[in-house]
Amino acid sequence: MIATRARALALLEQMFLIRRLEEKCAEVYSAGKIRGFLHLYIGEEAVAVGAMAALDAADNVVATYREHGHALARGLTPTAVMAEMYGKATGCSRGRGGSMHLFSTPHRFFGGHAIVGGGLPVAVGLALADSMLGREGVTACFFGDGAVDEGEFHESLNLAALWRLPVLFVCENNLYAMGTALERHESVTDLCVKPRAYGIPAENVDGMDLFAVEAATAHAVSEVRRHRSPFFLEAKTYRFRAHSMYDAEAYRSREEVAEWAQKHDPIDLAVAELTRRGLIDGAEPAAIDLRVRAAVERACEEADAAPLEPVGDLLRDVLAPEVG
Amino acid sequence: MTRSTYREAIRLALATALEADSRVLLMGEDVGRYGGAYAVSKGLLERFGPERIRDTPLSESGFLGAGIGAALGGLRPIVEIMTVNFSLLALDQVVNNAATLRHMSGGQLGVPLVVRMATGGGRQLAAQHSHSLEGWYAHVPGIKVLAPATVQDAHDMLLAALADADPVFIFEHQLLYPTEGDLDPARGPATIGQALVRREGSDVSLVTYGGSLGKALAASDELAQAGISAEVLELRTLRPLDVEAIEATVTKTHRLVIIDEGWKTGSFSAEIAALVAERVFYELDAPIARVCSAEVPIPYAKHLEDAALPQVPAIVVAAKELLGRG
Ligand SMILES: Cc1ncc(C[n+]2csc(CCOP(=O)(O)OP(=O)(O)O)c2C)c(N)n1
Ligand SMILES: [Mg+2]
Repeated sequence: MIATRARALALLEQMFLIRRLEEKCAEVYSAGKIRGFLHLYIGEEAVAVGAMAALDAADNVVATYREHGHALARGLTPTAVMAEMYGKATGCSRGRGGSMHLFSTPHRFFGGHAIVGGGLPVAVGLALADSMLGREGVTACFFGDGAVDEGEFHESLNLAALWRLPVLFVCENNLYAMGTALERHESVTDLCVKPRAYGIPAENVDGMDLFAVEAATAHAVSEVRRHRSPFFLEAKTYRFRAHSMYDAEAYRSREEVAEWAQKHDPIDLAVAELTRRGLIDGAEPAAIDLRVRAAVERACEEADAAPLEPVGDLLRDVLAPEVG
Repeated sequence: MTRSTYREAIRLALATALEADSRVLLMGEDVGRYGGAYAVSKGLLERFGPERIRDTPLSESGFLGAGIGAALGGLRPIVEIMTVNFSLLALDQVVNNAATLRHMSGGQLGVPLVVRMATGGGRQLAAQHSHSLEGWYAHVPGIKVLAPATVQDAHDMLLAALADADPVFIFEHQLLYPTEGDLDPARGPATIGQALVRREGSDVSLVTYGGSLGKALAASDELAQAGISAEVLELRTLRPLDVEAIEATVTKTHRLVIIDEGWKTGSFSAEIAALVAERVFYELDAPIARVCSAEVPIPYAKHLEDAALPQVPAIVVAAKELLGRG
C-alpha cells in the first residue's frame, strides 16, 4: 500500500510524465524528429510505475523495446530518453540505440531489448551474479505476453527456478503480440500456469490499477528477497495505441480500444482512487499535468539542441578500448 | 616445460583461472559430474564445487544468455557449449546481445564472457556434429574469435580470453583434444590477434588455422621432398585478423593456398582471399587457391567424410599447381 500522500503524488506524476512524453513522441515522430520503430506504452503506465516503486537502487532492471515508461520510472531523465530518440550524443545510449535500446548503468537499467524473449536469459545471469557475489539485489525482468511463446522464456524460467535465482519476472500481458491476440498465440491463456509448472510462484494483478500493481510488486519483491528465488507477476493490461507507428490496427476494433481507454485508463483510475482516499484535491492533477508538459517541452528543446555523435566515433565501443 | 595433451592444457588453464579469481566459473552441459563431453573439465567439480563448475540444463540460449548477464553483473563466466553445432540454438544471444551491448549502450556495458566449444569433423559423427562454423562467428563485429591449434595455445589463449574485456569465443577442433605437445604453463596469456609463422618457406604460403594446421605442416613436409619450400602461417585468431601477417607471407612467397574446414561459399577463406586481392594483389604470381570442405553436409561413412574434408594430398596438389608443377 502506498504509504504517504507525497509518494502517491510522485507516482501519479510519473504516469503523467510517461503519457505526455509519449504523446509528444508520436507528434515529433510525424515531424521526422524520431525515426525507426517507436512503440508506445500509453495505457500500460501503471505497470512500470507501480513495479519500479517496489524496487531499490541496487536492483537490476531488464526491459523490452516498449520501455520508455520503465526508463522514466526508473529515474532516467526525460532529456536523456528524448535525446536518445532524437539520435543525439547526449542520449542515454549516445544515439546508438534509439527508442528500443535505452540503457543506463547508474540506474542499473540494462536495456532496452528488441528481440522478443532475448532479455530473459540476461536477467537470469544478472541474478546469478548477484547471487554468487553475495549481493542482495533483485533483477526485475519485464516482457510481453508474446515472449511467453519463445523458447528463451521457458529456458530462463527453468534456469531461475533450478538455480534459485532472485529474478522477478513481470509479464505485461496486454492481450496482443503485435496483431496476434493472446488466444491466437498461446494454447493455454492463463499465463501463470507456465511459471507454476517450473515451481515458480505466480500471481496476476490488474495492471491498470497503480496501487494494486505497487502492492503486488512489493509483495513479489519481498518474496524474492526472502527466499532468494524467482517470482512471476502477470500484469493484465492493455495498450491504447498501435503496436508501433506502422500499425494500421486491423486486428482489433476501435470499439474495443475505446472501451478500454474510457473504462480502464490507469491515470484516470489513479486520480479517482486518490480523490476517494482524500489524498488529492481537484486542482492537483491539472497542476501535475502542466508541470510534466513543461518538462517534456524542455526535454524536446534540449534534445533538439544537443550535438550528434561525431561520425568519427562510429567504431568506438565496438570493443573495449585498448589498454596500455 | 612439460608434455601435455591439448585437453589437459585447457584443464590446467581453467584450474589456474578458477584458482586465481573467485569471479570465474565454468558452466555448460555436463561440465561437472560427467567431466565434460570431451573430458576437458574432469576433476574440476571436486576441486571447485558445483557453484563454480556448474552443470546446466539443455538450454543453450538460456545459459549462454545467463553468461552474458553474469558477465554484466561482475562475474567472469566461461560457458562451454558441447559443439558448435549446438551453439546455433544460442546464436540469438551471441549476435543480438553479446556482440551488440557495448556499442548499442553507447559504451556503458561490457560483456567479459568466454565461450568455448568444440568444432570440426573427422570423427565420423555425421552432419549434425562435424561442421566448422567458426567463420560465421568471425563475421560478427563485437566479439573475438580464437582457434588454438597447439597445446601451448590451448592453455595461453584461454588465459588471454579471460583477461579480455569483451566476449571471446574459443573454437577447439575436436581432433586436437588428445594430441600431445610441449607446454610451458608460465608463458602467460597469448596475444589475441597475432598470427604465427609455424614454418618458414619461400615458394608458397599455406595459410590456415585450428584443426587444419597439422595438415598444412604435413603438406609442407611433402612439398619439401619435392623441392618446394612452403611457409605455413597459422592465423590463431579469426577476429581480429592479423592482416599484416597475411600480407607479409604473400609478399614473401607470392603464392597463396588457404586451408579451411569451412565451406568455400560466403566463407572465412573467401574473406582472406578478398583481403589479399584488396591489399597485396600485385604481389601475387599465381591465382589464390583454396582447399576447403566439399559443399555438402559432412557425411558419416569414413571414405565419404575423408573426401569431404580438406586433406594433405589436396593441399600438396594445390600448392604444386600454383608453381606450375601440377
Ligand atoms: C524474436 C522476435 N520475433 C519477432 C519480433 C517482431 N516483434 C516485435 S514486437 C512483437 C510482438 C511482441 O508482443 P509482446 O511480447 O506481447 O509485447 P508487446 O509488444 O505487446 O508489448 C513481435 C512479433 C521480434 N522483435 N523478435
Ligand atoms: Mg503483448
